[in-house]
Amino acid sequence: MIQTVLNSIPTPNFEYALLSPILIMFAAACLGVLVEAFFSIEKRRFAHLILIFTSLLLAFFAVVLQSGPSGRALVANGTVALDGPGWILQGTILLVAGLSALLFAESKVDPLGDSFASRASTLPGGQEEKIVTKLGWAQTEIWPLFSFSITGMLLFVTANDLLVLFVALEVMSLPLYLLAGLARRRRLLSQEAALKYFILGALASAILLFGSALTYAYTGSLEFGQISNGISSANNAPGLLTAAIALVAVGMLFKVGAVPFHQWVPDVYTGSPTPVTSFMAGAVKVAAFGGLLRVFYVAFGALVWDWRPLIWVVAGLTMVVGSVIALAQSDFKRMLAYSSIANGGFILVGFSATNRPAIAAVLIYLIAYSFATVGAFALITLIREQAGESSSLIRWKGLGKKSPLVAGLMSLFMLSFAGIPLTSGFTAKFSVFTAAVTGGATPLVLIGVLASVIAAVFYIRVIILMFFSEPIPDGPFVVVPSIFTTIAITSSAVVTILLGLFPQVIIDLVSSASVFLR
Amino acid sequence: MNFPWLLLILLTPLIATVLLFIPKKYVVFKDNQIALYSSLITLLFVIVVALQFDINSNSATQFDISFDWIPIFGISFHLGLTGISLVLVGLTAVLTPIVLLATEHEVQKKNKEFLMWILLTQACALAVFLARDLFLFYVVFEAMLIPIFFLVGRFGGPRRSAAALKFLLFGLAGGLVMLAAVIWLYFVGASQLGRGTFSITALSNELSIDTWTERWLFLGFFFAFALKAPMVPGHTWLPDTAEQATPGTSTMLIGILDKVGTYGMLAILLPIFPNASREFAPAIIGLAVFGIIYGALLAIAQKDMKRTFAYISISHFGFIVMGIFSFTSIGMLGSMVYMVAHGISTAGLFLTAGYLIRQKDNSLINSFGGLTKVAPVMTGFFLISSLASIALPGMAGFVAEFMVLTGTFQRYPIPAIIATLAIILAAIYMLWLYQRVFTGAEVKESKNIVDLNKKQILILSPIVVLTVLFGLYPAPVVKIAEQAVSNTMTYVGAVDPQPLIGKAVTP
Repeated sequence: MIQTVLNSIPTPNFEYALLSPILIMFAAACLGVLVEAFFSIEKRRFAHLILIFTSLLLAFFAVVLQSGPSGRALVANGTVALDGPGWILQGTILLVAGLSALLFAESKVDPLGDSFASRASTLPGGQEEKIVTKLGWAQTEIWPLFSFSITGMLLFVTANDLLVLFVALEVMSLPLYLLAGLARRRRLLSQEAALKYFILGALASAILLFGSALTYAYTGSLEFGQISNGISSANNAPGLLTAAIALVAVGMLFKVGAVPFHQWVPDVYTGSPTPVTSFMAGAVKVAAFGGLLRVFYVAFGALVWDWRPLIWVVAGLTMVVGSVIALAQSDFKRMLAYSSIANGGFILVGFSATNRPAIAAVLIYLIAYSFATVGAFALITLIREQAGESSSLIRWKGLGKKSPLVAGLMSLFMLSFAGIPLTSGFTAKFSVFTAAVTGGATPLVLIGVLASVIAAVFYIRVIILMFFSEPIPDGPFVVVPSIFTTIAITSSAVVTILLGLFPQVIIDLVSSASVFLR
Repeated sequence: MNFPWLLLILLTPLIATVLLFIPKKYVVFKDNQIALYSSLITLLFVIVVALQFDINSNSATQFDISFDWIPIFGISFHLGLTGISLVLVGLTAVLTPIVLLATEHEVQKKNKEFLMWILLTQACALAVFLARDLFLFYVVFEAMLIPIFFLVGRFGGPRRSAAALKFLLFGLAGGLVMLAAVIWLYFVGASQLGRGTFSITALSNELSIDTWTERWLFLGFFFAFALKAPMVPGHTWLPDTAEQATPGTSTMLIGILDKVGTYGMLAILLPIFPNASREFAPAIIGLAVFGIIYGALLAIAQKDMKRTFAYISISHFGFIVMGIFSFTSIGMLGSMVYMVAHGISTAGLFLTAGYLIRQKDNSLINSFGGLTKVAPVMTGFFLISSLASIALPGMAGFVAEFMVLTGTFQRYPIPAIIATLAIILAAIYMLWLYQRVFTGAEVKESKNIVDLNKKQILILSPIVVLTVLFGLYPAPVVKIAEQAVSNTMTYVGAVDPQPLIGKAVTP
């Protein structure tokens, strides 16, 4: 009896080579835990740095080498889809996460060490904290957490099964909750952010899981392709299915920070250590939109006419609310948080077109935006005061005079966010708007245009503050970073300019890979 | 492919910008010299091109040069010269060296940066007039906001950052609406022609858009051009910007870059959307006439010289737009002449007044008086430019205004008659300004005003020479633009109402 049951279960078939990017990052995470156990405290940091950058490079090469047409397949019994968008998303995540890793590794800008608390378990402001800080200890557990999170992301964007999607989401999110609470400066704010992120994130995960369960109840499968078949064979969408899609949508839209599920974004972005914020606004955003794209285009693609109005409303709201609230911000990190929400709205405009150019446009936008945003956050870490980063906008007055280079680069990223031609931001906006017009979402494009003008105000205001005002007497100073942050900023700037001047390269790459396998 | 003259014209200011930032031990020239020589080389190239330009050629563009840029969207880096663009390229090439010379000591500390932005402004202006690909046109149309934004915000008066922001937002608002229209147009083109293209020539020749789409697209583009030109009621940024900007910046902005709006109407709006252009023409003429009178009235009421000049320009842009939408060859040619005349007289007004304003750090009209006695040469220069601006016969402005009014009268007599009133208003705003600043009793503060020195006289002389020369003999501009304007007339399907005037009118 048992034998027959066992025989009826197919042996899992794992394409190890194709899954290697995920496996490499997973192995790096596990090795990272071992490093914690077996290396002395002085050698840990060095060992972790070697491990993380080696594994990121290896994983990226594994993506590059296998992402050709022959490497596109449904693997692991159809639960993981390694198709064009999947590979591109994995590659982007690895690159952008690599830039964030450089910021994680930076320990020269803050006289006390890196951006993370020396011991997260110490009481903020207590005696113990002072001692461990003085000893120069570092919380090296951030590295395995970071690797686990990347593992989750790589799986999340290729998950072809709601259960795998959920597991990947948790693998990606749980380390993030912890990382968000580890700031060295303003620790209470950071811990509050972590708690808020965790509670709301857990709620969203639960909603997503509930939606998955309802989907299974209706279609009898968790695999995207079969969900799609199950939906197509039914004549209409009954309440059960509608509820399922709505719940999955809420769970996913929470992750991308779309209005009205965006409330966590400003607090978490502001409270987290800036390298972690760069990671959330860059790699995590790419992953979240990648997952959203696949779930809705592949699994729920047949019901596009039912969920499209919802996305239209959310996209319009996200752009307008994000841009308008950003206008009122006086803290730069908070402003970038709302900017990230607004940019999510623009991505949703491309998403709402639901055609092949839309997939390409969303991917282009994600690539352009993630590099620029990591660059902007990296620059924040350099603008400091005695008490840490100086993110209050008003204090940035006259920064262009103190450091034309930092202010100039910041202006470049601001212009890119504002979508000024010859920067990557324009390429991205042009792509999503073109896709949206092709897909019949012209009204959304008009709202997008309006929101772009509003958004331009607060981006340009930063440039005005830095360049057109006189410096304040006890204003922030700009520190010279080590090679890590320098590489991160330089790469972001180069990508931002190159994608603006020669968009053909990226458009070709992405357009040739914009078909989902199902 | 032709010899890439146009690429040379475009690259010269860009190369000079790079040279500015090469350490001085490798470069023998000073910063000012680099900028000036590059602008003179550009002028030389433009003259060479103008001499080779075939004014009788029937082809849409000459000296074409084209590279693929984003082939997947049918976007190419395509430069080409029509008669209309040659005139404006010439204006840009002539005015830039004069501005560079006249503003040599305008900024002391951040001179390198100032020169960089001026050169980039010039490069953008040249690129936008030479672009024959709509996408390239759009990109430069937006990109050129940046150098002016920094010129205003970095080197202007006390409220410069608010002015810079206002300028940029108006520009971006127009530009983004145009972007939506550009994308829509691409989509219409792709579905109709079976291939996506941004070639302005192809879009003008091959597309027939359905009525409502054409109307919306027309409005999208018109919105951007009307904000840029600027037309009332989208004009409010111009006085603020001109008031805060330095005279050099204002000359580049109002003398050259604002012409992009009217150029766009003539070179893009009419050829690509002929039907909608005809439909909307009466409304636009009405708006233009309103702007002419409104601008003139507000010019009278201003207390600040720079603001006065800005409102005068708003009134003049009304004339230019009116000429374009009169759909008569003489009206359109008049607009071409007007753009050049306005560029020259604006430069004269801003730069001459600039010498005055810099001495007092103040541009309020009532803080000056009786300058004839202390600064007679300056008075003379200012008078000539103001007379050109109010279209005195024999000056550049006269021919232009006469042609525009004649052309408009042929098709729209009543608007033309109303617009004629502006000539009287012009006399009031200009002569009254002149009277208050230069004649009358000497105000105490005006006593220590220094007159123009020899060098400054030399710098401003070309403007005076051009003003008079152009007033007596505007034929070159008319000849160069004639074929292009008649092409535009063909696109719009307009025929001159009274053929007996037609082409014979060339003075």
